Amino acid sequence: MTWVLDHLGLLAELTGTHVYLSLVPLVLGLVLAVPLGWLASRSRFARATLLSVSSLLYTIPSLALIVILPGILGTRIIDPLNVIIPLTIYTVALLVRSIADALSSVPANVVAAATAIGYRPLRRFLGVEFPLAVPVIVAGLRVAAVSNISLVSVGALIGISGYGALFTDGFPIGFMTEVVVGVLATLVLALVVDAALLLIGRLLTPWTRAGR
Amino acid sequence: MDFVSLLIGWLSDAAHWAGSDGVPVRVLEHLEYTVISLLIAVVIGFPLGALVGHTGRGGLLLVGAANGLRALPTLGVLTIVVLLAGIGVVPAIAGLVLLAVPPVMAGTYAGIRAVEPIIVDAARGVGMREWKVLASVEVPNAMPLIFGGVRSAALQVVATATVAAYVGLGGLGRYVFDGLAIRDYAQVASGALVVAVLAVVVDLVFIGLQRLVVSPGLAPAKSGKASA
Amino acid sequence: MIEFQAVTKRFDDGTVAVDELNLSVDPGRITVFVGPSGCGKTTSLRMVNRMIDASSGTILVDGKDIRQSDPPLLRRGIGYVIQQAGLFPHRTVLDNVATVPLLSGWDRRKARSRAAELLEIVGLPSELGKRYPAQLSGGQQQRVGVARALAVDPPVLLMDEPFSAVDPVVREGLQDELLRLQDELDKTIVFVTHDIDEAIKLGDKVAVFRTGGKLAQYDKPSELLARPADDFVASFVGRDRGYRALGFLSADGLPVGELASVVLGTPVDQARAALRQGWAVVVDERKHPVGWVSADRLSTVDGLVTEDVLLSGGSLYDVDSGSLRSALDSALSSPSALGVAVDGTGALVGSVTADEVLRALASARDAGEVPQ
Repeated sequence: MTWVLDHLGLLAELTGTHVYLSLVPLVLGLVLAVPLGWLASRSRFARATLLSVSSLLYTIPSLALIVILPGILGTRIIDPLNVIIPLTIYTVALLVRSIADALSSVPANVVAAATAIGYRPLRRFLGVEFPLAVPVIVAGLRVAAVSNISLVSVGALIGISGYGALFTDGFPIGFMTEVVVGVLATLVLALVVDAALLLIGRLLTPWTRAGR
Repeated sequence: MDFVSLLIGWLSDAAHWAGSDGVPVRVLEHLEYTVISLLIAVVIGFPLGALVGHTGRGGLLLVGAANGLRALPTLGVLTIVVLLAGIGVVPAIAGLVLLAVPPVMAGTYAGIRAVEPIIVDAARGVGMREWKVLASVEVPNAMPLIFGGVRSAALQVVATATVAAYVGLGGLGRYVFDGLAIRDYAQVASGALVVAVLAVVVDLVFIGLQRLVVSPGLAPAKSGKASA
Repeated sequence: MIEFQAVTKRFDDGTVAVDELNLSVDPGRITVFVGPSGCGKTTSLRMVNRMIDASSGTILVDGKDIRQSDPPLLRRGIGYVIQQAGLFPHRTVLDNVATVPLLSGWDRRKARSRAAELLEIVGLPSELGKRYPAQLSGGQQQRVGVARALAVDPPVLLMDEPFSAVDPVVREGLQDELLRLQDELDKTIVFVTHDIDEAIKLGDKVAVFRTGGKLAQYDKPSELLARPADDFVASFVGRDRGYRALGFLSADGLPVGELASVVLGTPVDQARAALRQGWAVVVDERKHPVGWVSADRLSTVDGLVTEDVLLSGGSLYDVDSGSLRSALDSALSSPSALGVAVDGTGALVGSVTADEVLRALASARDAGEVPQ
């Protein structure tokens, strides 16, 4: 406890980096996954291709992806991009499937009704199909957020800090307190972000609680 | 030298394929950790998931625990386990098991809960005893999701076993950490590539196994929709 | 055969699903439990094979208190058919049917050959045995469900809304099939449905339940229609009760009159000469009625009486097995107001009129066959 109080500045800084490294990929991943998911919901071929590629990328272990990227992108080994890009890839891989499934499961009569009252396709997507898919998308985002927050720590192994720095600092000198604080901080952050996403999801979809 | 020739250069060097630090030995080590941890995780997670799924009691607790464990940073968990129990294969494997149990348990639980109640009702109605309902009806019908859980546990273990080289385990992660220590990027990247390939192969093996284990009656119906 | 003695089921939340049920199911007959949702009909059925245990009271099957039986063993001796069949999706059709024999310790070969025999009994081709349930239609799945329940030839069959998930045409086929099977097998069947028409069609006796788990009336279908115990039963039995009750009155002795008929292909002028009061029924070469011609219709055509000039006919009344209901309906649905009577082979016999049906009804009332 005294250790925590003595290092509040460090913890605040690590929290900032950890949030940055895990949530930037979440947002990027969402922005990329929506058009890809839409594509996958429209064509059988696109769906098969996108889902196989997603599941292949998702298979690759994070540490492997993190250390391979500098070779491919020419980044320096401690560039934060080496963490942001893999986590973005995992987020996209996770979300494409849920978004595609969510869009395909929007009831056909709802889509037909929207078309019948004069929506053009893009307007209809933004005004009808996408909002109805929000609950499923939020569920996917929650899984991706928790997984990102836990994976960021791996970055510490190549010197990109976040709470992971507490592990790589504490381990060599056998200082358990620091490591435990790192694990707890990660869990708390995951919990907070998860709760925030849950709340945002509820605020965005008031109709899911109507009439109960 | 560009990246591809860097990899080819390292991988085609015969010296990297022989001895106790050669690729074949490291791959086998990696697989050994994976198989042992996965087996232990299944022995622990499957009965727990099946029992909770069958009785419906403790479901919230189980799902909560599985989600909580999923949020654990793997590196932190490994570090704590090794700091507590000392450097060695057994503590590291214990850490891997801890991370592999949640997906197995959650998959089994979800699979059994997802079996249509009407089918379970029919199983009891024709006179099956409870263990028989579980073994002959619930588990076979839950197989796709159980297998999904085991499959993601396997991927989790392959990935985490790489990280575990940081706390002294052998396997393919050694190339990454030893390479980083001596600033030999060719070794780091080649090790990472082999891990990636191994993960994909393990995943494919599981897809193949799944085809063998899951009843063809559970595949989405493709044909034979006959008239009444 | 099955005896409910003061049986009550109270669930943990306090709702009373079945309230003091006293009822005795006749052996070798079909007894239908019918009522609105929440009336306890399914709960009553499921207490018989101890899928649910009664809170108080006694249920006897074949004179034996079921509380003394081990539930799995009790269930193996009682056939059980449920909604959507409840087939095991991971097993082939044949293995589904062989489930109970295998549970009862038969060897695999014997169980499979019994299963194959049952597929034939319920009217399914044997090659379906190798398929999985998902590859069958709803009607076929339901037949497999019946076959599975019959596998060890249990004396009692419990059927819980078995036909509710199939479309009306298939449902009617399955109902006829069940009646045919029952003719051969003479099982004691308890059948639950929310559909009063199904209850009246299938039941030798019908138990009407009301919300709150009370038995409102337990009677033969004809009695239910003719003498509903109270307003609830009357409204549940529904509209056209009087008309449907005619379905239980035999039309024996109903006079069959002459009917002008012409054969398909007769020249139009000959057909005109054959009309009586402006109408004639047209038959094919087997004497089966195919439609009507009228003076009006024939005035606009020449040549031969072909299918094109026919007015479509109404329902047919079978003099061998028909009821007053089918006789009346044939008259009401006919374009000429004359009902077409046929024999068991479908060949034309003559005509019936609504007036004659009503006269027959009046004499049935006088004879005390119908309550006044």
